[in-house]
Amino acid sequence: MIAEKYITSGCLISNHTVYKNGELLFVNKDADVPGFLLSVYKHFDINYSRFYKMDNLSKLGWLASEILLKNSFQKENYRPEDIGLILSNANSSLDTDQKYMTSVKDIPSPLLFVYTLPNIVTGEICIRNNFKGEDAFFVFDSFNADFIENYVSSLLDNNILQACICGWVELLGDEYKAALFLVEKLKGNEAVSFTKEHMNKIFDDKKIN
Amino acid sequence: MSGVFIVSDNILSPIGLTTSKNFGQLKKSVSGIQKHHDTALSDQPFYAALFDQSGFIKDSDHKYTRFEQLLMASISDALQNSSVDAGDKKTVLIISSTKGNISLLETESYNPTIQKRISLPTSAKLVAEYFGFINQPVVVSNACISGIMAILTGMRLIQSGQYENAVIAGADVISKFVLSGFQSFQAISPGPCKPFDVNRDGISLGEGAATIILSANPKNAQGIKVMGGAVSNDANHISAPSRTGAELCQAITKTLDNAHLLATDIDFISAHGTATIYNDEMEATAITLANLQTVPVNSLKGYYGHTLGAAGLIESIVSIHSLKENLVIPTLGFNETGTTNPLNICTDLLSGNFTNCLKTASGFGGCNAAVVFSKQ
Repeated sequence: MIAEKYITSGCLISNHTVYKNGELLFVNKDADVPGFLLSVYKHFDINYSRFYKMDNLSKLGWLASEILLKNSFQKENYRPEDIGLILSNANSSLDTDQKYMTSVKDIPSPLLFVYTLPNIVTGEICIRNNFKGEDAFFVFDSFNADFIENYVSSLLDNNILQACICGWVELLGDEYKAALFLVEKLKGNEAVSFTKEHMNKIFDDKKIN
Repeated sequence: MSGVFIVSDNILSPIGLTTSKNFGQLKKSVSGIQKHHDTALSDQPFYAALFDQSGFIKDSDHKYTRFEQLLMASISDALQNSSVDAGDKKTVLIISSTKGNISLLETESYNPTIQKRISLPTSAKLVAEYFGFINQPVVVSNACISGIMAILTGMRLIQSGQYENAVIAGADVISKFVLSGFQSFQAISPGPCKPFDVNRDGISLGEGAATIILSANPKNAQGIKVMGGAVSNDANHISAPSRTGAELCQAITKTLDNAHLLATDIDFISAHGTATIYNDEMEATAITLANLQTVPVNSLKGYYGHTLGAAGLIESIVSIHSLKENLVIPTLGFNETGTTNPLNICTDLLSGNFTNCLKTASGFGGCNAAVVFSKQ
């Protein structure tokens, strides 16, 4: 039942840069974090007004998923329930938690409260793409490629999913990093095998080959 | 794939510190939900199931926060009643929580030390070190389905062969942060919650902790297995459930497939039943779509309130004990059916010959989860 699994697309957003499959696609060092995220949205010519309602963590994860999937994923080849997300980070939704806490001193904001859970990032990506499959959010001190490889592999090997977006979406104040991997059972042109070594290389901003 | 054994469990709640104490109180219709006047939590009085403050040492006086102490007390009781060795290299600790130590934002000024202290992996590590777990703990934080998701994570880690035992513990404490948030949504009932009732008007929050220990090894197992489960996403809205219930239904039918069972094999259902207008309506539709509308259903939120990261665990453990004792606990707070698709709501203690129980949950972010427990 062990299937061949491949990373068919990889996206890294960090240090005010956007990389896809090892190639630098965008850089904007002159902005603060919210400004940077907005400039990414505009640069990639995305038209999705819901973006403006999202908190910074969701904006980051959602943008990474948009870039990850653009021209790299044949969604129509899958049923919605066969596509899922396994995401992780270190600080959960603490960035928005702090903002919500500030609102509590005055009038608690339901718009902020709804983003005080890390899996809302997952929800936003699912809504955008109509992904209805297995999803989960784990919290680790640092990116745990070993866990992600084992967990996502078992979902694909057992046919719980046929395609999975997995990785790391972390944002707290000025510190942020998103590293997303699209994992499928088919080998495309730029695909590399789905291993923790390959994920760690992409995560550390190193080219695979 | 065969199921995974449940070898021990604990519920630590305002109505009891052990599973057996809890089950005894539920049989007597004792609820933990009371009216509270606590301006540290809310300007207005509110109904919730909270621990008696004197029962736990205050955060400032102790190395561990209240949240961590709840986890540790629950794990301690469950471990004592099992032969599982926390320090074994084939044992993993899995923690389920929605907000962990978030109340520190209320009492401390924010700085890097507090940031670290609030972090869920910090709590997980402290708890792991206390018991001598040698593997890195896994933390699940996925809104109100976290508890069921943690059980499924444990089941899958054991089935993959990576581990032999999984100690799965969940907790959430009710803080001003959490209570004010649900109040801002107008989601809190003015009285004790009424799951599935025509007059239901919101949730009651609750705090609690629970632990389930799973093992590949039938030694000391008590005859109940986790047979399968599934998770899905509505892909519709981040705070309201699906209008159709189709995705929760999908999680239910995938769970039945995973467990090699049919709808007709399910003897009772422990629903999420939070008592909001929308959740109970969606859940009733989903259960009906899955052809389970005649199966006895309960919600335990009338006894415990909504315990967030602990809910899936507390309510699963009660269901497991219902299988053992062949007794389903009624739905406290329910009087008259109030969903478009009526369910068979359990209103009295129900005796029978029960083999398979389905547990469901849904949460913010559009997530849904289901799991099946079976008596061997």
